[in-house]
Amino acid sequence: MVIRTEPFILNIGPQHPSTHGVFRMRVTLDGEVIVDVEPVIGYLHRGIEKLGETRTYTQIIPLTDRLDYLASMTNNFAYVLAVEKLAGIEIPERAEYLRIIMAETMRISSHLMAVGFFLNDLGAMMTPVLYMWREREKLLDLYEMVCGQRLTYNYMRIGGLSQDVPEEFMPALKKFVAEMPRFIDEYDQLLSLNEVVLVRTKGVAILPRETAINTAASGPVLRASGVNWDIRKADPYSIYDRFDFEIPVGTVGDNYDRYWVRMQEMRQSVRILEQAIAQLPEGEICAEVPHLVRPPVGEVYGHIEAPKGELGFYLVSDNSIAPYRFRIRPPTLINLTALKDMVVGWKVADLVITFGSIDVCLGEIDR
Amino acid sequence: MTLLEQFQLWLGSIWPGWAAYIVPAIVGIVIVIVFLLAMVIVFIWYERRLIGRFQIRLGPNRLGPEGIFQPIATTVKILLKEDIVPAKGDKVLHWLAPIIVFVPVLMVFAVVPFGERAILTDLNVGIVYVVAISSVSAVGIYTAGWASNNKYGLIAALRAIAQMVSYELPVVLAIVGVVLMAGSLSMTQIVASQNIPFLILQPLGFIIFFLGTVAEMNRSPFDLLEADSEIVAGYHIEYSGVKFAMFFLGEYGHTLAYSCIITTLFLSGWQGPLLPPIVWFLIKVFAVFSVIVWMRATLPRLRVDQLMAFAWKGLLPMAVINLFMVAAEVLWLSEFTPWLLVAVNFVFAGVLVLLWSRLFTLGGGRVEV
Repeated sequence: MVIRTEPFILNIGPQHPSTHGVFRMRVTLDGEVIVDVEPVIGYLHRGIEKLGETRTYTQIIPLTDRLDYLASMTNNFAYVLAVEKLAGIEIPERAEYLRIIMAETMRISSHLMAVGFFLNDLGAMMTPVLYMWREREKLLDLYEMVCGQRLTYNYMRIGGLSQDVPEEFMPALKKFVAEMPRFIDEYDQLLSLNEVVLVRTKGVAILPRETAINTAASGPVLRASGVNWDIRKADPYSIYDRFDFEIPVGTVGDNYDRYWVRMQEMRQSVRILEQAIAQLPEGEICAEVPHLVRPPVGEVYGHIEAPKGELGFYLVSDNSIAPYRFRIRPPTLINLTALKDMVVGWKVADLVITFGSIDVCLGEIDR
Repeated sequence: MTLLEQFQLWLGSIWPGWAAYIVPAIVGIVIVIVFLLAMVIVFIWYERRLIGRFQIRLGPNRLGPEGIFQPIATTVKILLKEDIVPAKGDKVLHWLAPIIVFVPVLMVFAVVPFGERAILTDLNVGIVYVVAISSVSAVGIYTAGWASNNKYGLIAALRAIAQMVSYELPVVLAIVGVVLMAGSLSMTQIVASQNIPFLILQPLGFIIFFLGTVAEMNRSPFDLLEADSEIVAGYHIEYSGVKFAMFFLGEYGHTLAYSCIITTLFLSGWQGPLLPPIVWFLIKVFAVFSVIVWMRATLPRLRVDQLMAFAWKGLLPMAVINLFMVAAEVLWLSEFTPWLLVAVNFVFAGVLVLLWSRLFTLGGGRVEV
């Protein structure tokens, strides 16, 4: 005899420890099995895109800090690159290298948080997070040295950087780069072959290659599904073509691959950092740019490989001091659309870890 | 004769019979409750400090020397909170559930031997009593989840029933192995028969019993009933104030009770050289608890179907094999030196665990909807 059961709707969020912010999911459950997922977004909407149209080009930089607040430097980077492309500004060599250093340390920092909280969602009770915070803390100290801030840096400027790095910065960075591979090995020992991690993540919530491409996913989520697409290689910006590094690509597209790709990307970032430190020239850190930038009439789409995926800025200029249109392509909002394809048929516990494996940041989803 | 019975006899010679019957019982119960509460306070402090060390931080260290008063401050904070009952919840059951969870934990301590004669009642079926009483807690957890009128609570309640029922079986089968070798169901007799701790004589039984009890007391990696990252706090999501404190106490009391039972069944209880029995007992209890905390700090959580598979495909068959093995040894090998059994059982346990880890996988789990 089979007892007749009914599916029921469970609200996960907006207040829930594993939604990484104020995010809500309307989940239809059949017992523990997920029948349907409907993300409800907008709890953190601040109207950044509309605000941008009322500010000068330089004043928008602090707004971009508030997008993906775990990777503010790369948000700055993507925005200033778009404006420079629109206005046709050349920037000094030293600024280029420092930007790369900031972007790659930011990638390590963001991935540390992503992997740590992914393990936290798996139920590892804060231990991996606290180990990863130990390293992230050193990076935050570095950022505090260069701009006085630990979360919203507002460090990059149109034409370069706001200020040069202080003299204690480079020794600290070199020490970090020298130590980091050992710490990543330590995480690998603790996590990558952990039996419980393997049974919980291997083969779970597979995102097939075609689905990943069709949903326009990007970043580690796309690469875990076996697509070799990294904007640093596919459409090189800044000076990434001068560095020697590899793109780690997953095979299956399950939760373990998304975790694994991030671990490998941290190693590659360390490689880029080593080369950038060795090649770093002396000189100016900002080009001669007028206080009020007035780009020529036109439009531009600039995109970079942010830690979470393709971060793009679309700007329309009418030759005034503020953009006519300011539009953001946030990576995690697009990646989130693949969530339902991944989790239907799996259990509630898998929903939570899959959501963690996408590595969302609500500041970016709601803007 | 236990210390309490001796006290009762002495009292009977100077007081009327009914008083000599009631007063020692009350004295014994008060001592056990005070012991439980004091140990829970120490356990909370110890766990927080130890997890702090595992997580490269200090843990609470402000209140008192090494932060020993922090659990007291936490308790005061919890007790002062407003007691909230969900508007559409079942008020009576909501009130009853914490009691159903906590009281069985207290009752288990009636048969825990703290020393050779320091035991509240030396029941001749002590271990059966422990198994019977401690499974009542599952009813309380289910009641709490149901009465809260909360979907997270309901999921936790359903998980509770499945988990508790599944893990009861391997645990009991592992206990039967111990009973066969000890030749008695009484807790004091089980301790007295362990000249060599059963941990060494029955390593497989110990592994099964330990993992099963960790699952029964809902500690990581089997803490699916609470699972803060999935169902927030599970069955006690709608509890606050004194009722929540009861759950908290019940949970730590459960851990303490099972640490005591593991010590009694497998680590030769209060036996040990030089130091007094109660000190040996506490050292062993803390050793067991440290391993549990270590697991909690290290391992991620299993999924619900994997948890079930682990009980039914992993622990239960191994427990059955272990039971037959022990029975055969008791029947045919009891006249040989016990160290022969130690050697045989270690090899046997190693082979069986390796075999199981090759044969069974816990993965999979997708359902077509």
